[in-house]
Amino acid sequence: MSEQFRICPDTGLKLYQSTETLIKANAVAAVVFLLVGGIYGLLVGLTRWPAVHLLPADWFYLALTGHGLNVLIFWLIFFEMAVLYFASSVILGSRLAVPKFAWAGFALMLIGALMNNYIVLSGEASVMMTSYAPMDAHPLFYLSLILFAVGALLGCFVFFGTLVVAKEEKTYEGSVPLVTFGAITAAIIAVFTIISGAIILIPTLLWSLGFLAEIDALMYRLIWWAFGHSSQQINVAAHIAVWYAIASIVFGAKPMSEKVSRMAFFMYILFLQLASAHHLLVDPGVSSEFKMFNTSYAMYLAVMASMVHGLTVPGSIEQAQRAKGINAGLFEWLRRAPWGNPTFSGMFLSLIGFGFLGGISGVTMGAEQINILVHNTVYVPGHFHATVVLGTTLAFMAMTYWLVPVIFRRDLIWKGLASWQPYLFGLGMAGVSLFLMGAGTLGVPRRHWDITFSMTGGEVYEFPAAANTLLALNGLSVALAVAGGAAFCLIIVGSLLFGRKLGPDEKLATPHIATPPSDADYEKLGNGITVPGTLVLALVFFAAFAVYYFINWKYLAETWGIS
Amino acid sequence: MDEDQESVPLLQRILDNPFILLAIGVAFPAVLYLIWGIMEIVSVPLAN
Repeated sequence: MSEQFRICPDTGLKLYQSTETLIKANAVAAVVFLLVGGIYGLLVGLTRWPAVHLLPADWFYLALTGHGLNVLIFWLIFFEMAVLYFASSVILGSRLAVPKFAWAGFALMLIGALMNNYIVLSGEASVMMTSYAPMDAHPLFYLSLILFAVGALLGCFVFFGTLVVAKEEKTYEGSVPLVTFGAITAAIIAVFTIISGAIILIPTLLWSLGFLAEIDALMYRLIWWAFGHSSQQINVAAHIAVWYAIASIVFGAKPMSEKVSRMAFFMYILFLQLASAHHLLVDPGVSSEFKMFNTSYAMYLAVMASMVHGLTVPGSIEQAQRAKGINAGLFEWLRRAPWGNPTFSGMFLSLIGFGFLGGISGVTMGAEQINILVHNTVYVPGHFHATVVLGTTLAFMAMTYWLVPVIFRRDLIWKGLASWQPYLFGLGMAGVSLFLMGAGTLGVPRRHWDITFSMTGGEVYEFPAAANTLLALNGLSVALAVAGGAAFCLIIVGSLLFGRKLGPDEKLATPHIATPPSDADYEKLGNGITVPGTLVLALVFFAAFAVYYFINWKYLAETWGIS
Repeated sequence: MDEDQESVPLLQRILDNPFILLAIGVAFPAVLYLIWGIMEIVSVPLAN
């Protein structure tokens, strides 16, 4: 018997029952773990604020572990499973391959995430997300991550299986849409990530159980980072797929060049995961050739791919707006964008934050020489709060606003608050990124409850007053971001529980998907420069990039003066 | 069928096949990061 499906009255998308239920389950789990991780994040931020210093040392490391795992792993990967099922089954209009496998995967992920939260909260696994051996955690800590990873791997297999089903059953013609191609990129990186995780976490579990005598610390770091950093590259590929989806949904935009965008994703498949070597830049045992090839020569090709996406996504929006006649000056297309629609504002703030803050800081600290200025300082969490939180989390939040009526058939509640939420969260998180990067530049170490080493009984290290101010500003920004995150959770959970139920054929009051401009509209733009505003934004980006990059070389020159 | 397939450029055929992409996407970082890194670490002489 063929599986039941419905056609969404607002979007025309074909939604199979099992796909819809799986997307709902994964999205709800994602939001719950975001909430838990956010609470831990508030505690961490308030402890880093020197005047508050909220938690005692043992609770700080516990909260830091819980924060990292809940938001960097559980929230994002649950949501990514929803994205994979959406990008395969829903976009291609196909039934899901082996939904039972997808449910088994979801169950394993849920058991793993709950087990992990239990063991971390018990205080027997305060080893932070990286859990560097020989610092050991309770065996359940490693087992929980293995269960979660196996569940996610099953989800990836279901995704690839669904691509095969869609092709066999001819639910689409030609190449898969670009958004699905982005999801394929994310799934490929996920498979490498999970295999790497298995290679290192299974022996570490055996070591924690006493079956292995030791785990080599350097080998652990090398392989763990193939898991730990690559898991964040899944996020990058997934949130860029979401950017393209939102450009199409809100503006009816089509990619400026399908070929160029696909090649940029292909460069991610080849090179993005090599960035894991950033974490080993001061490690002995691996050569400079290894470090430089992976973090510079190869990695720059992935960076170029990010810059391509950063140009083509706003470029496609500009083209669509201009084709609709919003064509005056350099930036009318941007000024008249729907800034009150959280789906758009969240996506655009994600794009700007990811590029300007996350991208520039990532490339700068990825260079072996200037990395030494900020290695293992709070600059590093400053950088990845720009990429993974401002970039990925905000993009996923933006997409969720759009998905609630489509998948859950509920109208959003508190639309006024929803229109402010991306700004609240985005501003807070931009503050967290900038202030942590500032404090890191002044040398404040990461992962330290006691940054002055006052508890060691030795000499107390005094940071410049500016460092304490920056950490205080970070604390205030954390509070702002947590308010934005809480608003998101309240709006989404409130909408699912109390939002007005939409009838099976009921349309929303306003169109939920934009009508694309016609080919004739696009032809009116001519063959010259059709995206002047985006090019100006790109030039501003390059100027900021170059200035910041060379400032860091100047800092380095001052650190080691040559006379 | 063959004629249709041959008219599709090689690169597009690669990009249209998620399993070739999966093989490339796992092999590249496995060789350039994992295997290269592991070989360097195991070649570090042990302290006496």
